[in-house]
Amino acid sequence: MTAITLRQKLAILSDAAKYDASCASSGAAKRNSLKSGGIGSTEGSGICHSYAPDGRCISLLKILLTNFCIYDCSYCINRSSSNVRRARFTVDEVVQLTLDFYKRNYIEGLFLSSGVIRSPDETMGEMVEIARRLREEHRFGGYIHLKTIPECAPELLEKAGRHADRLSINVELPTDEGVNRLAPEKKPETIRISMARLRSKIEEKSEPTMRTKTRERFAPGGQSTQMIIGADASPDATILKSSARLYSSYRLRRVYYSAFSPIPDSSSALPLKNPPLMREHRLYQADWLMRFYGFEQDEILSGRPDGMLDLAVDPKLAWAIGNRAMFPVDVNRADRENLLRVPGLGTRAVGRILDTRRYRRLRLEDVGRLCQSITKVRPFIVAEGWTPGALTDSANLRARLAPAPVQMELF
Amino acid sequence: MAAIARSLPRMTVKLAGQTDLDGWRTAARALAMKGVPADQVGWTIAGNASADLFAGTDHAASEALPGADSTTFTVPRAFVELAETVVCHRDPERFALLYRVLYRLREEPHLMKIGSDTDVRRLEAMAKSVRRDIHKMRAFVRFRRIGGGPDDRHVAWFEPDHFIVEANAPFFVRRFTGMRWTILTPLASADWDGTRLTIGPGATKTDAPSEDDAETLWRTYFASIFNPARLKVKAMQAEMPKRYWRNLPEASLIPDMIRGAEEKAREMVEKQPSEPAPHHAKIQARHWPAPPAGDSTTQDGADARTLAELSRTAESCRRCDLWRDATQTVFGEGPAPARVVFVGEQPGDHEDIAGKPFVGPAGRLLDGVLVEAGVDRDAVYVTNAVKHFKFEPRGKRRIHARPNAGEVKACRWWLDHELALIRPDLAVALGATAAQSLLGKPVAITKLRGQVIVRDDGLRVFLTVHPSYLLRIPDPADRDAEHGRFLADMKAVKALMG
Ligand code: SF4
Repeated sequence: MTAITLRQKLAILSDAAKYDASCASSGAAKRNSLKSGGIGSTEGSGICHSYAPDGRCISLLKILLTNFCIYDCSYCINRSSSNVRRARFTVDEVVQLTLDFYKRNYIEGLFLSSGVIRSPDETMGEMVEIARRLREEHRFGGYIHLKTIPECAPELLEKAGRHADRLSINVELPTDEGVNRLAPEKKPETIRISMARLRSKIEEKSEPTMRTKTRERFAPGGQSTQMIIGADASPDATILKSSARLYSSYRLRRVYYSAFSPIPDSSSALPLKNPPLMREHRLYQADWLMRFYGFEQDEILSGRPDGMLDLAVDPKLAWAIGNRAMFPVDVNRADRENLLRVPGLGTRAVGRILDTRRYRRLRLEDVGRLCQSITKVRPFIVAEGWTPGALTDSANLRARLAPAPVQMELF
Repeated sequence: MAAIARSLPRMTVKLAGQTDLDGWRTAARALAMKGVPADQVGWTIAGNASADLFAGTDHAASEALPGADSTTFTVPRAFVELAETVVCHRDPERFALLYRVLYRLREEPHLMKIGSDTDVRRLEAMAKSVRRDIHKMRAFVRFRRIGGGPDDRHVAWFEPDHFIVEANAPFFVRRFTGMRWTILTPLASADWDGTRLTIGPGATKTDAPSEDDAETLWRTYFASIFNPARLKVKAMQAEMPKRYWRNLPEASLIPDMIRGAEEKAREMVEKQPSEPAPHHAKIQARHWPAPPAGDSTTQDGADARTLAELSRTAESCRRCDLWRDATQTVFGEGPAPARVVFVGEQPGDHEDIAGKPFVGPAGRLLDGVLVEAGVDRDAVYVTNAVKHFKFEPRGKRRIHARPNAGEVKACRWWLDHELALIRPDLAVALGATAAQSLLGKPVAITKLRGQVIVRDDGLRVFLTVHPSYLLRIPDPADRDAEHGRFLADMKAVKALMG
């Protein structure tokens, strides 16, 4: 067998990493290289340097250190029973690739995860060493996201947090039963306890220390997690309930939903079908409603006895159609909370409505100029010179507002 | 030409360059203060022959306009910020539009807050377009390296929509401080030699290097990170419009990736699961050996002989549903045997995260009062009636929820076994839930507070409130009074301990 080239390793180990949905490089503390004379900066919102034809942002060099793994999670392309080709980067190779890509402005930084080889500590130790070398030896100021191995030693976690902007641990599936069935070697309890540990570390380090009065750096971009959607039978209600629990328990920045996607060499334990992309999209929308629009998890699915989000219309519109007694809302008087419930009005549009109406009464046209599209908004608001009349309660409202089914995209 | 003839401006201001904000500001301020209406002023750029229609009435921007006095009039910050961005727009009308809004601001000081105003909207749309261009430049500039070792330089060719090179260059300085780099565009160029930034004239694509070794790896990465089962071409193009593709080394792969995607996805779906890989069995045997046969000891803790054993068994308790949402079982802590056991209701947010009882605000309060009362904290065992945290999620917080009778009853299993191993002669019930668990029936704490009830098994149970009750009292005077009562209770406990 000939030795595997760097290019082949990169192909294998980025292919292995692509099922992780997160590529975010946002939320880091502001940082640049003016003082250090190195390279790298993070300035709040991350940058997507490219887009693949799957519509996903490419912001980070998202790779595995190795795809050898002692676990056998049936949804994962790297499970120990998979016949996928295996490879392993050296620490140097990852450091060099990150720097080479960064210097050409291909990426914002590195998102490193790994299969577990030999022991969790050994694997995590190498990941931490990569982050340390980038920061300390190469004065690298770009974004670093490390996927933490739940079973690793606390000292390693501490070091990881010192160098990384974000740490994450995947809960993998919405329920413990799902994990037990599809990832039998993983312990949901251990995953939860690791997330709890991360939360306490992040909180502890965000307090200035008694002695130096400065804050120690520890994962300023917080922690996030990912759930696979559609690999088990959990309905959306269960998924959103898990998210609400995770956000409140571990102060996560984000919960990512990853539609289960067929993998080469799949396991018989799993559905072989195209990934439920629309479902994934609706879950993200519902997640936003919980985080930014003041919706409770059980409200979002109140009108859905099967516990599944409506795939044809977005969850806010679905909620409004099911709760028409709350509408119409008067854009010239309603408070922020109620305006946020209006379909088609985002947080920005609501802010601008509140600003503008201090100086003039808003007509329907004005609202139209402040939001993306008035069609969805119209039946749910009263404005100067406009009442929706019977429109709000019309029987075919849903049909009218539901977008036409999307065609297969042609290129 | 007809349109120009109809609104022929009386005067034209000549600006020093495409993004001459200072020149515009000086002239615009003077004109606005003189009350010159917007349709009377034309704006042009020096050396821009085609725009030089009104050469006869030039006012160089840097000259003070006659009659302008030095008093200034103020404009909202929002306008100044917007103007800084809008001057970078390539629309020749931008200076006139900015002046019109400036002029209107004299009479309509809140104009910038009127998001529905046509002029404001147009300015915002222009600013948005510029910001997007700035953002896309940060995203899509692709450096190519010339030379190697310490003398290497990185050069990029980029085609922006607007006059943004100068405004955007500091970003690249902050990011690539330790490199020597040049960004060439048709309109201007930016060069950083490691210490100094120079803005120069425009260039052509042939001035930039045409390849870089790293691109092979980058293209490999681009092709491999793509999931063909998730093809969403429109989403890609919305964010990475085709006009950028010609300067992106990875973009030439896109058409083939799209063409092959459906086929690849179908293959993955149709392919039958294969036999486990050869090394799988070995890994399983080494890392996940099956539990030895006969290891079917009861997992309910009934035969546990030490607290450590009992607590280990409780880790995987499923006697009620509370384990589902909580992080972990929070078992009791303290010496065994112990003279006295304090029983609370359930772990809270802090305890759930730390895995230890009484470490949150209520626990700290209890610790403080115990010290005041002279109770030796180390001689005391602390635990809860219910070992998992019950809560309602509210955004980033968890709101405590009271365990119901069924949950209290289910978890009493553990409390009973703890008591059996610790053999205390006194138990302190902190609050109604603890009392209910210890006595097996609901108890009116407010009525029986401070009393001792002796159980059938001889255990004395002292009744008092839960310390978290004190934390919830809003009025400081009331809180002090309650603190006093709680301290008195703890002194009574100390006396009972003998
Ligand atoms: S609350 Fe008690 S009974 Fe219920 S699962 Fe937890 S330890 Fe078991």
